[in-house]
Amino acid sequence: MSKARVVLALDDDVSTDQIYPGRYMATVLPTETPQYAFADHTAFNALLRSGGVAAGSVVVAGKNFGCGSSREQAASALKGHELVIVARSFARIFLQNAVNLGLKLVEVPDVVAAEGDDVALGLTEVTNLSTGRRFGIKPLPPARQTIIDAGGLIAYTRKRLVGKGAAV
Amino acid sequence: MGMTVVQKILARATGRRVVAIGDVVEPAVDLAMSHENAALVINQFLEVYKDTGLEPKPWDPSKIAIIFDHRVPAESSKTATNQKKVREFVAAQGITKFHDIRGDEGGICHQVLPENGYVRPGDVIVGTDSHTTSHGALGAFAFGIGATEMASVWALGYAMNVEVPSTIKVEVTGALPDLVTPKDLILQLVGKLGAGGATFHVLEFHGEAIRSMPISGRLTLCNMAVEAGATSGIVPADEETLRYLREEAGVSDIAEPMVPEPDAPYERVVRLDASKLEPQVACPHTVDNVRPVASVAGTRVHQVVIGSCTNGRLDDIAIAARILKGKKVARGTRMIVFPASGRIYQQAVAAGYVGDLMHAGAVVMNAGCGPCLGVHQGALGDGEVALSTTNRNFKGRMGNPASEVYLCSPAVAAASAVTGVITDPRNGGGR
Repeated sequence: MSKARVVLALDDDVSTDQIYPGRYMATVLPTETPQYAFADHTAFNALLRSGGVAAGSVVVAGKNFGCGSSREQAASALKGHELVIVARSFARIFLQNAVNLGLKLVEVPDVVAAEGDDVALGLTEVTNLSTGRRFGIKPLPPARQTIIDAGGLIAYTRKRLVGKGAAV
Repeated sequence: MGMTVVQKILARATGRRVVAIGDVVEPAVDLAMSHENAALVINQFLEVYKDTGLEPKPWDPSKIAIIFDHRVPAESSKTATNQKKVREFVAAQGITKFHDIRGDEGGICHQVLPENGYVRPGDVIVGTDSHTTSHGALGAFAFGIGATEMASVWALGYAMNVEVPSTIKVEVTGALPDLVTPKDLILQLVGKLGAGGATFHVLEFHGEAIRSMPISGRLTLCNMAVEAGATSGIVPADEETLRYLREEAGVSDIAEPMVPEPDAPYERVVRLDASKLEPQVACPHTVDNVRPVASVAGTRVHQVVIGSCTNGRLDDIAIAARILKGKKVARGTRMIVFPASGRIYQQAVAAGYVGDLMHAGAVVMNAGCGPCLGVHQGALGDGEVALSTTNRNFKGRMGNPASEVYLCSPAVAAASAVTGVITDPRNGGGR
């Protein structure tokens, strides 16, 4: 169980345009994308860039977080700040990108938390330490867990590729 | 129990007789598409091979398609340098399905693929673009993936960890009235399902309105399936699919199309009556915030956009030209048009549509994604309103979080360009 601060609370349907605006999409490298995380949310972006957000801090959101574009920058930008995203549900491509890159997502269908709350992230439930309420975690589909366990999709693919040997 | 069309496709692509919903499969990929984000795919692809001692070679360069469309011509030196790197990779790897910035064979990936015959019924298609769902219009199972996942596909030739999705059957009876279009149909459906209502599901389209709809309209429907969160949209192949492949895409060797079995396990059925449909508008800032045009009629519009992978096809430009011919775009309103491909642009010129639109005051730009994703070619000022035939109206989507985007059909867009306010094309403005 790890304890973390909620640094940003968002509504339903947060799009990848909000997480990583299209005008920065020419920036592709995971080492360079974090500067544009939530770029149009100027206050939060400035806080991230100032180093004022501790690794492991939590962004809480409603349903369908990461909807819209398949841009992987949305996941790599958040991964670069080592944020943890706790949402009521996730859009499919964003969820897969996050798994592939090692961005930590926690799906909690009825989560309620506000900015400034402290939460404890367990294996099966999230506790809002500021309100005392507990919420059940919906596990990721099992096929996703194998990628996480391998250390991300690049490592997983590399393993497959080397295993395939002569076929390459 | 029978199988849905996507189950049948995944069974074929995994060499199995049957796959069940929820099975985790690794289907062989028939086409792997990227656009400018191939720059990131290449980076991740090289990363996969690092320290393996293996030479980085894609599994089958003939099954990779790369189309420049998001930022064409390049809006910055950074993009131009990315595009240059991709060109070098394409040349080094012998990738033949490459469409550069050209007026003859260039355009938006979701038009270039079908019009060149790269999409066949029954194919498994992945693309590093969420609107890859479009290609379900030709009976393929097509879905969006991220760049790292594409790097994995380039290396291995199959997609990993694909759960066989549940399917929602969408049955559309009746015929669309004049000036009511496939865009209105999909907007209504997205409004009904909600922005996440079809997440991890496929939307399979059936019914009289679909059977009588040309491929252009089916592309509009499947394109926006993702706006309800769907993994993909699909229209099982029929006579119209075969006609399109033969006559417009130059494909002669077409395999027997796959159709769903009568007892296929649909999770649910959504029924719509096309004959009762009115023009629809998606209001800011979510695509599922859909209302009949009448309820927002009169809203002042500063920029009208016609184009994109959703509505930049000849039918879309034709209906706009029909409405605007002999009329003028209202002063105080800008109208910009982006044909979906160079081929469509040329057809629109030949048919006189481009002339009609320009005489009316529209600016007809090069084929490409244009301002849809907020990079260039039509930024909005603070407090301005765009009315657009594109597919997303998220806050900041067109580059300015202090602006608003409404989504609509080409008919609504054209009629509204004439009046300068959101207008029902069936009563005024347009005729």
